[in-house]
Amino acid sequence: MSALGETLPVAGAARRPAGTFARMAKSPGVMFGGAVLALMLLIALLAPVLGTIAPSAINPAARNKTPGAEITMRASDGTQTARSAWMGTDSLGRDVYSRVIYGARVSLIVGVAAAAVSVAIGLFFGLVAGYVRWLDGAVMRVMDGVMAIPGILLAIALVSLWGAGLATVIVAVAVPEIPRVVRLVRSLVLSIREEPYVEAAVALGTPVPLILLRHVMPNTVAPLIVQATFICANSILVEAILSFLGIGIPPDIPTWGNIMAEGRALFRLFPHIIFFPGVFLSLTVLAINIVGDGLRDTLDPRMVKRI
Amino acid sequence: MADAPVLEIRNLGISLPVDAERKLAVEALNVAVGQREIVCLVGESGSGKSVTALAAMGLLPRGLKPVSGEILLQGEDVLKATPQRLRQLRCTRMSMIFQEPMTALNPVLTCGEQIDEVLRAHTQLDAAERRARVLAILRQVRIDDPERVIGAYPHQLSGGQRQRIVIAMALALEPVLVIADEPTTALDVTTQAQILTLIKDLQRQFGTGVLFITHDFGVVAEIAHRVAVMRHGQLVEYGPTEEVLKRPRADYTKMLIKAVPGMTPPARGEASSRPIVVSTTGLTKAYSEGGWLRKTRTISAARDVTLSVRRGETLGIVGESGAGKSTVARCIARLVDPSSGSVTLGGEDIARLSHVRLVPFRRKVQVIFQDPYRSLNPRRTVRQSLVEGPMNYGLPRDEALARAKGLLKLVGLDEAALDRYPHQFSGGQRQRICIARALAMEPELLIADEPVSALDVSVQAQVLDLIEDVRKRLDLAVLFITHDLRVAARVCDRVVVMRRGEVVEQGPTAELFRAPKQDYTRQLLAAAPGREWRFGETAAS
Amino acid sequence: MLAFLARRALATIPVLAMVAVFVFLMLRLTPGDPAAIIAGDNANTQQVDAIRAQLGLEKPLLAQFGIWIGKILQGDFGESFFFKKTVADLIAQRIEPTLALAIVTILLAVAVAVPLGVLAAWKQNSWIDRTVMALSVAGFSVPVFVIGYVLIYVFAIQLGWLPVQGYRSISLGFGQFIERMILPSITLSVIYIALIARITRAAVLEVLGEDYIRTARAKGLSDRQVLVHHGLRAAAVPIVTVIGLGVAVLIGGVVVTESVYGIPGIGRLVVDAVLARDYPTIQAVVMVFSVVYVALNLLVDLSYVFLDPRIRY
Repeated sequence: MSALGETLPVAGAARRPAGTFARMAKSPGVMFGGAVLALMLLIALLAPVLGTIAPSAINPAARNKTPGAEITMRASDGTQTARSAWMGTDSLGRDVYSRVIYGARVSLIVGVAAAAVSVAIGLFFGLVAGYVRWLDGAVMRVMDGVMAIPGILLAIALVSLWGAGLATVIVAVAVPEIPRVVRLVRSLVLSIREEPYVEAAVALGTPVPLILLRHVMPNTVAPLIVQATFICANSILVEAILSFLGIGIPPDIPTWGNIMAEGRALFRLFPHIIFFPGVFLSLTVLAINIVGDGLRDTLDPRMVKRI
Repeated sequence: MADAPVLEIRNLGISLPVDAERKLAVEALNVAVGQREIVCLVGESGSGKSVTALAAMGLLPRGLKPVSGEILLQGEDVLKATPQRLRQLRCTRMSMIFQEPMTALNPVLTCGEQIDEVLRAHTQLDAAERRARVLAILRQVRIDDPERVIGAYPHQLSGGQRQRIVIAMALALEPVLVIADEPTTALDVTTQAQILTLIKDLQRQFGTGVLFITHDFGVVAEIAHRVAVMRHGQLVEYGPTEEVLKRPRADYTKMLIKAVPGMTPPARGEASSRPIVVSTTGLTKAYSEGGWLRKTRTISAARDVTLSVRRGETLGIVGESGAGKSTVARCIARLVDPSSGSVTLGGEDIARLSHVRLVPFRRKVQVIFQDPYRSLNPRRTVRQSLVEGPMNYGLPRDEALARAKGLLKLVGLDEAALDRYPHQFSGGQRQRICIARALAMEPELLIADEPVSALDVSVQAQVLDLIEDVRKRLDLAVLFITHDLRVAARVCDRVVVMRRGEVVEQGPTAELFRAPKQDYTRQLLAAAPGREWRFGETAAS
Repeated sequence: MLAFLARRALATIPVLAMVAVFVFLMLRLTPGDPAAIIAGDNANTQQVDAIRAQLGLEKPLLAQFGIWIGKILQGDFGESFFFKKTVADLIAQRIEPTLALAIVTILLAVAVAVPLGVLAAWKQNSWIDRTVMALSVAGFSVPVFVIGYVLIYVFAIQLGWLPVQGYRSISLGFGQFIERMILPSITLSVIYIALIARITRAAVLEVLGEDYIRTARAKGLSDRQVLVHHGLRAAAVPIVTVIGLGVAVLIGGVVVTESVYGIPGIGRLVVDAVLARDYPTIQAVVMVFSVVYVALNLLVDLSYVFLDPRIRY
């Protein structure tokens, strides 16, 4: 019983919007970033089998060796093995190579965990502020307050209160990022709720929680993924800064930041202790940032903000 | 027209970027504009008319390249001109008027500065001479208080005044050719009429040749000496206006002209005996803004609106932007909460019902929105969109799906559409899906808020036919919001005219169009471009 | 206009009040006796008792906050038991190097970043654009202290052109001052330049895509006129905004840079305070930096009046 007596053909085959990753992979920069990131993940996962020794093992006989030096290791049963410390050793004789490789684990965990924590909390409060109008003012004033404290300073203050440890550092690094996520989600919700398709859903009698779940949240995913990538990169940097200043994760858990902190005192003589972890750290953060830029360009070309 | 043409486009070809749908934006185009002549370039979206205009100005966006032919401005090929030469020609010999006067003017510079820039770039006049010249040209474009406007920023002026500023810039140096790219499309109908008159008058006064781009045959009838009809980058028909409008030769032109609704409403059946589905009494919606250290202002988007819609009838609300048409519609659908007055639906006043108690009434009123690209959730399939409403009201999934399939057929879409996403459909198809989504709720009242304004005229006709068909078939009450009097004339049984939030006049469409009682209605009807042309008469018969 | 200024200025009060509440609660919500925490590890019982009385710790939380905020408004941030001075004196002593470093850095960064961003936008997709953007991403990614040590290694240790560390007040001679300021300010400005250049490029690109740029070109203006008169003018608001917001990044960088170059400023002070568990100093530094940050952004807000006629006041 077609109204017009004829049925219009519908163009195109059934498929999801064109593959994001296929489009992203076209850029050589993103390929490079992705490859570096994959390599770092592998290093972190495979740390014990990459020719490393215990990263916190102190070796008084092999202190402050320059890269490439031959050192002898004394195992607990008294046997001695020789190995080449190609990244040198630090002032306690710990093997810098092993510490850097194991450090990848902590840095990546901090980055991913901080991103997850801040996005989860920020998403919740952002949805609340954007959709429950009477709570908006209160939530946003609190967020303005947090935003007014420069991020690294806030992280420093929180760590100084809670004491340094992996969990406290993750939360301290995540907290300053929360208001930015809240703002992003709120502004997205405010614009999405004006979209005719949301009004149509209201007219269809869809209850508010379902509107949020079906119509609002899926359209915040793309910008949130992009934001999460940048938070991840920034968190790795902030963790390194805290550790470098000596107020982050304690040295018995090697992180790129605290390896470099070890190297500060003797920097003029042994710059390698700062050089190697610095390169790993910079490359990793660079890779995440490049992938984030690639994601943003493909997922949401209009989103240019990055503060 | 005996003189040599000021603009001659010969065998023009412009290529599109590689990944585009077709290879050429414009193909083998031949058009000429004589001295003191207005030539209209007409076509639907994607016809290549704007690209042609930009090519003549040397303003083609990156990615579009002329590949053949020439564009001769008084015999000089602008496609071969150096960038320096092009800059010299712009505004001195050819100028452009743009579609959207708000965005065409720089928001952070005063109007005076922006006109002055033209004089500074191309003349040796000193500051005082330039100022005098700017004032003079502002008077020529009939700006009432040029002294004030010179120091005003664009956002401080009305849309019509802004477009006058753009025209002033274009005509400041009296060029031989003006290219106008849909210069009145973004304006209200009464303002449009004034701007069209202004362009005609200035064109006569300065003896300018005008290449006028438009999609609106009403405007063509109003202004053009000759018409060139374009489709998919190609010239379909080209000739004197009388000839093309009265005796179109190409099938495409015939179809386009037939699709333009006439200004004379067709005869319709009487619905006054049918039951009232929805009615409003004294409906008012006021917004207040400001507060804290700022003067509080109350703006009435709609004031004291009383109307009713009967079963099987289409009630139109017409008016210019800011008239409050959409506000009334959104109050009735309870997408916004009315400030005062009543909305009676099914014997109950729903104006102040809580959102929980509103649930049983929601089903009865459904809305079709203007922008088909934003009214479907891009991340949900057509199936999901169509079954959502009925399932909210407890219909089992398979029944909802069966209903969705039936409705797709009703709106003229293939069942294969169910598993596709909105981006895979054209604008007209999306609007059909929206109609199906609304009908799935088995509503009593269908609100159509400018449902065809974003569509090309040929698609527009199809969607209007569909809404008419659905109304008859399902015996629906329809509330039809539009700014376009032709559309109102075509589909509405009765019409409410609104202005600045208030109802000016209402009555049966035929009567209101024939003998309007209020001045404003008369103005509105008189402003409709090309009203003396009997478009659509053939379609109605 | 005046009402606009007043409204913007008053709007910062709730923000600062929120900051004060956070800073206050930070210590109170930490497990343990705040008085003992403030007194530090080496304090005796009398000292702890004295602090307890001074802070009104026996009173309800709200009253304690009242006492605390009242003192802060008078410039009394309490006493640092570690440095054996009032916190206010401590900050006053340390403010000059930080201020000097921040001002030199901001000037340097704006002078470099804005032209780079504009150039990149103007030459979009050219090698210039790609280089600027690549450097910008790199600037975000290399930690401040790594940049600092690389610069020290190359210019101070290997080439010996500049001193390794230290600070000399400008009052002791401009030459010595600037000599010691070059490396720290370059170090600190890298991330700030990356940020400003990126946003400038984006802002100018957005403006260049606007219809009124096409209008300007249709008027026959030259490329330079279009870019300067229309492009930069209209992009000014986002650029100035990011310069203001970027100060947060700058403050974070100050802490690190001062530690790397041994500059005795507030950034260094906060690190020392954290290591010494000197809470009154940490609280005070957080407050001071936040107030400065909020005040700078208030100035940015106010500048909109001159940059964008559409701002309603």
